[in-house]
Amino acid sequence: MFSNFFSFASPQAFYPVAGRMIPWFGWSAALLALAGLYIGFFVAPTDATQGESYRIIFIHVPAAWMSMFIYLVMALWAGLGLVLNTRLSGMMASALAPTGAMFTFVALWSGALWGKPTWGTYWVWDARLTSELILLFLYLGYMALKEAIEDPQRADRAGAILALVGVVNIPIIYFSVQWWNTLHQGASVSLTKAPSMAMTMLAGMLVMALAAWMYAIAVSLARVRAIILERERGRDMAWVRSMVNA
Amino acid sequence: MNWGGAAEFFAMGGHGAFVWGSYAVSALCIALEAWLVARRNRRARAA
Repeated sequence: MFSNFFSFASPQAFYPVAGRMIPWFGWSAALLALAGLYIGFFVAPTDATQGESYRIIFIHVPAAWMSMFIYLVMALWAGLGLVLNTRLSGMMASALAPTGAMFTFVALWSGALWGKPTWGTYWVWDARLTSELILLFLYLGYMALKEAIEDPQRADRAGAILALVGVVNIPIIYFSVQWWNTLHQGASVSLTKAPSMAMTMLAGMLVMALAAWMYAIAVSLARVRAIILERERGRDMAWVRSMVNA
Repeated sequence: MNWGGAAEFFAMGGHGAFVWGSYAVSALCIALEAWLVARRNRRARAA
């Protein structure tokens, strides 16, 4: 019953579609980032307690959101591949991992540079920071595991199990500031309460988050295209040639 | 407008190293990732 739908989502059908989508997401990312940085540096006011160092928020919070969100999407694709045995799923999961790791590193790095002027230290082993560091190791472990297994289908299955077990870390990161007494501040923005910050600060942060989102889509689509070519080479050389020469 | 001039903008109230250190490394990471992905695609097409 699902066979038609899934044959449409085959790697070979997806390759040219992804190629057409990349410029749209890439340019949206660039324009949104310019707008977000303008709001963040020229419109949003100086913070009453933190002065100018708070402006790190415009990269820190979007990167931290993306680090968690990409992990969930990656685990979803990995789980779909495990259950439905669709080939594109494992490729999508592989394509998302490096981008998730990059955003996790950016969140940790910008957090450290924000921590020094506000808390007096680059790093503490509190629940929020430690669970975010574990997220970085989960991404790196996932990538290393998939690299280490030669057969792509076995690599997808093993990676999927690791990715799904690691999902437990996401609510731990998100709720850590409520569950434990952390040096990291609580959420300034949540779905249930009015945000505890100036409207222009919030606007800058949301536009930057949207830019990060567009960038993540563009770069993972580009990466999945490379992965499709690499993997189809072993299966359907005629198709690969037709795509490369097109 | 928040700034009295370029010097004030780059100083970030004395926290310039932290603010610009965050943004510079983030920009580098993004540029590096985009470059690596473009290279991977070039190699996949050429192989």
